[in-house]
Amino acid sequence: MRTSSPSGSRLRAHLPSRFRIVLIAAGAVAVALVAGACGSSSTGAASTSSSTSAAAPAVSSPAGSSSAPSASGSAVPAGASKVLANAKAGKLIVGIKVDQPGLGLKNPDGSFTGFDVEVAKYVAKHLGVPESGIEFKESKSAEREGLIERGEVAYIVATYSITDTRKQKVNFGGPYFVAHQDLLVKADNTDITGPETMAGKILCSVTGSTPAQKVKEKYAKDVALQEFGTYSECVEALKTGTVDAVTTDDVILAGFAAQSPGDFKLVGKGFSDENYGIGLKKGDTAGTASVNDAIKKMIADGSWKKALEATVGPSGYTIPTPPTIS
Amino acid sequence: MNFDFLSNPKYDIWGAFWVTVQLTFWAAIGSLILGTVLAAMRVAPIALMRTFSTGYVNIVRNIPLTLIIIMMSQVLYSQLGVKLATREAGVNPQAFLDTQNFRLAVLGLVLYTSTFVSEAIRSGINTVPPGQAEAARAIGLKFTQVLTIIVMPQAFRAVIAPLASVLIALTKNTTVASAIGVAEAALLMGELMENESDKFTAVFLVTALGFVVLTLPIGLILGWVARRAAVSR
Repeated sequence: MRTSSPSGSRLRAHLPSRFRIVLIAAGAVAVALVAGACGSSSTGAASTSSSTSAAAPAVSSPAGSSSAPSASGSAVPAGASKVLANAKAGKLIVGIKVDQPGLGLKNPDGSFTGFDVEVAKYVAKHLGVPESGIEFKESKSAEREGLIERGEVAYIVATYSITDTRKQKVNFGGPYFVAHQDLLVKADNTDITGPETMAGKILCSVTGSTPAQKVKEKYAKDVALQEFGTYSECVEALKTGTVDAVTTDDVILAGFAAQSPGDFKLVGKGFSDENYGIGLKKGDTAGTASVNDAIKKMIADGSWKKALEATVGPSGYTIPTPPTIS
Repeated sequence: MNFDFLSNPKYDIWGAFWVTVQLTFWAAIGSLILGTVLAAMRVAPIALMRTFSTGYVNIVRNIPLTLIIIMMSQVLYSQLGVKLATREAGVNPQAFLDTQNFRLAVLGLVLYTSTFVSEAIRSGINTVPPGQAEAARAIGLKFTQVLTIIVMPQAFRAVIAPLASVLIALTKNTTVASAIGVAEAALLMGELMENESDKFTAVFLVTALGFVVLTLPIGLILGWVARRAAVSR
């Protein structure tokens, strides 16, 4: 009692007036936050439809390029191509995905399988590097530009869609494959036949990914969007019925459908074109040309079709006609 | 550096940080309540309560938060069907989904953060001289009275500074809620990095600044309160 009582009275004597100041300040901050949130959300709702996904930046001075001088010059002489130089030395580090069945998947024994892997190997062979000289490196979607800019990989074959924003930072070879955004639903589902039939349904995709945003922009009025960290979580939620469909590129969905046969089906109404390209260092014209030659050769000699049939084929995905390379 | 995404109406930066603030607010209140209960059970005269509290704190605080949050969505909701919001038929389920995910995230954050709150309060209880509790018992107060009248008021005043650290950690931990699709600051950052990959550094700076603006006042204000409220012995 003796110890707590004096300090208690001191507390009562001193606190109220100062507390009031803190409370007033906190209240002001809260009001400002509410006002800010309301203001921006109402303007956001009003004008989202006017902005499109192709919001290409007018000013292109990427933050990273200043530290990488070789990336800025567009007229790189053939001898200065890093990919070709590395290939001459007989060693290439290639970025791929490691978690997409049928495209780029790391097996429990450490080997890699998938169509992207086959393309990467073929390109390496064309550049004169044997399979033993390739080192595969995981390249997650958000890290791909950085890996190329810092020169940590020679090139990237990882379901890498060619877009205008990305072209500002990297060179693209290809396209070597054209995928379409599609919907994966339960095998016994009959009422979902396309994106326009998704009204009142819950759609799942990966956090911040382009397919999720595309659906938000085009069909957001009718569709609820659930975002998870990985497609596996989406597929799991689809299994239990907490989401009604999963969306991303059809060739990726086909791989997941093949993992649990009989449970799911593809709706088969592709509603976009995703041109998969091979990412190289910005300005590496000679390297890009060689990669394009390799892809052309792969399509021409039939290895392209054979590789697709071996990797994506088992999932029941119809092998499309090869893309034309510009 | 190019910051023009700040004025793009496609990205609701204020809204995203407002969700972060709301997550922090509700999770802080919830974990303060649950943490206090856990700490009280820790010193309770009943052995079963002590055992439960000790077991809960030691198990839950050692599970990664990401795992807890994903378990909330994948196990509690998806597998066991626990709904924390009502889905009305015929209406766009987006509102249901947002509320459901938000509440699942708050629940996960409360379950996790309360273990740290409990440990902080327990250390505060230890600062109260045992003679006071003995004296209180001697004049005939029951356990709940000893706790609420004598021990807890002094314990709380001793742990304001450590609780401020827990609150700052909680604010930053709310970013994990993006794993189950709660539209808070980290989810917006992911979206910005996907779309504006050429402005990587700027996106990082804006997000980091947002969190510093949120957490710095917490430390300053609560640090000041802690100094004012400290029990002088």
